Amino acid sequence: MEQSSRPVVEIKGLSKSYMRGSQAVPVLQDITFDIMEGEFIALMGPSGSGKSTLLNLIAGLDKADSGSVIVGGVDITGLTETDLASWRASNVGFIFQFYNLIPVLTALENVVLPLLLTRLSKKERINHAVTALSVVGLGDRMDHYPSQLSGGQQQRVAIARAVVTDPAIIVADEPTGDLDRVSAGDVLNLMDRLNRESGKTIIMVTHDPRAAEKAHVLRHLEKGVLTDVSS
Amino acid sequence: MFLLKLLLKNAFRHKLRAALTVTGIAIAILAFGMLRTVVDAWYVGVEASSATRLVTRNSISIIFPLPLSYNEKIRQVEGVKAVSYGSWFGGTYISEKNFIPAFAVEAKTYLRMFPELMLPPDQEEAFMADRKGCFVGQKIAKRFGWKIGDTITLKGNIYPGNWEFVLRGIYKGKYKSTPEDQFRFHWDYLNETLKKTVPRRADQIGFYMIEVKKPELAAPVAVKIDSMFKNSLAETITETEKAFQLGFIAMTEAIVMAIKMVSYVVIIIIMAVAANTMAMTARERIGEHAVLKTLGFGAPYIVLLVFGESLVVSAVGTFLGIILTYPAAGVFADKLGDWFPVFNVSQRTIYMDIAAGVVVGLTAAVFPSWRAVRLRIADGLRRIG
Repeated sequence: MEQSSRPVVEIKGLSKSYMRGSQAVPVLQDITFDIMEGEFIALMGPSGSGKSTLLNLIAGLDKADSGSVIVGGVDITGLTETDLASWRASNVGFIFQFYNLIPVLTALENVVLPLLLTRLSKKERINHAVTALSVVGLGDRMDHYPSQLSGGQQQRVAIARAVVTDPAIIVADEPTGDLDRVSAGDVLNLMDRLNRESGKTIIMVTHDPRAAEKAHVLRHLEKGVLTDVSS
Repeated sequence: MFLLKLLLKNAFRHKLRAALTVTGIAIAILAFGMLRTVVDAWYVGVEASSATRLVTRNSISIIFPLPLSYNEKIRQVEGVKAVSYGSWFGGTYISEKNFIPAFAVEAKTYLRMFPELMLPPDQEEAFMADRKGCFVGQKIAKRFGWKIGDTITLKGNIYPGNWEFVLRGIYKGKYKSTPEDQFRFHWDYLNETLKKTVPRRADQIGFYMIEVKKPELAAPVAVKIDSMFKNSLAETITETEKAFQLGFIAMTEAIVMAIKMVSYVVIIIIMAVAANTMAMTARERIGEHAVLKTLGFGAPYIVLLVFGESLVVSAVGTFLGIILTYPAAGVFADKLGDWFPVFNVSQRTIYMDIAAGVVVGLTAAVFPSWRAVRLRIADGLRRIG
């Protein structure tokens, strides 16, 4: 699937700082850029450069001090916590470095979890989750608990959970950071497939140059400022 | 359903901690239930009181007697159906530790006025025919192995000496709250003996029991009786049987109050323990709560999970505590039957146990859920790894 020239995310003058004691430490300063629909973008930079903070702001997990993030025409910086929660549930899929699966739930139950917030029937929820797990190649591991799966398999369950609600955007924070080389390759290939075949816009934070290779666009951050763009 | 499954799994994720918390709550509920049952046992006489019975005693104190001559005067008061009278005898059997709650009563009127003491007709007849006869509750008979026809010797405290009685009847209580540890004998036997041994104490009684025709007459009849004996040598106080029993309890109110306080303290302590456990649990779940929030689950879901988990643990502990209360009360009643002749776990105690369990579950979850709701997702996610 081709990427369009329509921006799905518009970031304008975004700034964020954290308080350390009584002192404000700037993390992001006046960030402005667009992310096109169907784009696979990698945010890179050294530790503390603000890339995870930027990802959190784009995904509606944190609030900016100033500036705006417009996703699919909606300025999410103006939404209340409750509205943001339902916006995230239907628009964004999340992949974390440490998978963040619920340990007492099976792979299938973990994938069903985001569907509880939809109007789907129980049968439909299970069907969707089974399909998502099959897509990531874990159709035979549905009843396994996270502790019974390898790191790579757990991350694939997390990817199934991220895509099961069919969100337009997938955000991934160091998705290969905790995986061995082979598993990391599998996960990246899967994300690449999701981008190419399903047209998902993927925004990924990574340190891994191999992961960054899969992206169409690389954006570098240094001390909270965008320094470089490469394709 | 899915969330219920999740909170059930969460509740017992840390098996040892959950088991210890459940055990703690069960023991606290058991202790609470037992203490409440002790309080109920204290009030058992009040519960067994009739709304149509009055008690008249000396206005100075119960230990001061009243003249027997009041009997006829009281009987003539309008609204009075029957009058009986009696004296507190007390007494011990064989040794000082076997205290016997014995009363000398005017038998004919007494048995009619207290139908809850169910005495078989043939035994009643035998008792009425024998001046030295007595009848006792089945509990006390069982305790001392007394059988009909046995001669029982009590050592008098208020009326010194050894007093011989022949057991003519064993009664059963009509209600659960009817004490079955009582000992009754003929007031005439006491009076005649006193006439021979201590004549100045004869023809005096400890209290009158009055049955009124209907409950609403209790107040005017009481006023009428007391006014009749105003300015006499032995002024009276007439009160309902319930008030009379409560008056007795008032003498030991400090103990009852202390027991009540301890029962609440037990619940407060377990509340703190459960709250600590839930705080630890919620702290461990910070990452998961952040993930759930990330996925779009709002504050109500998080609150539901934390409260649900707390209530599940509390419910299991409460259930176990209630189950254990029954055998524990049985053992307690067996060992301390002398002091608590009626020791039944009441339905009200069970409701109070359940209420205490719910309060523990809810209170323990308040702070952890408040923290979970206030948690910033970014901070929560940072905790993972």
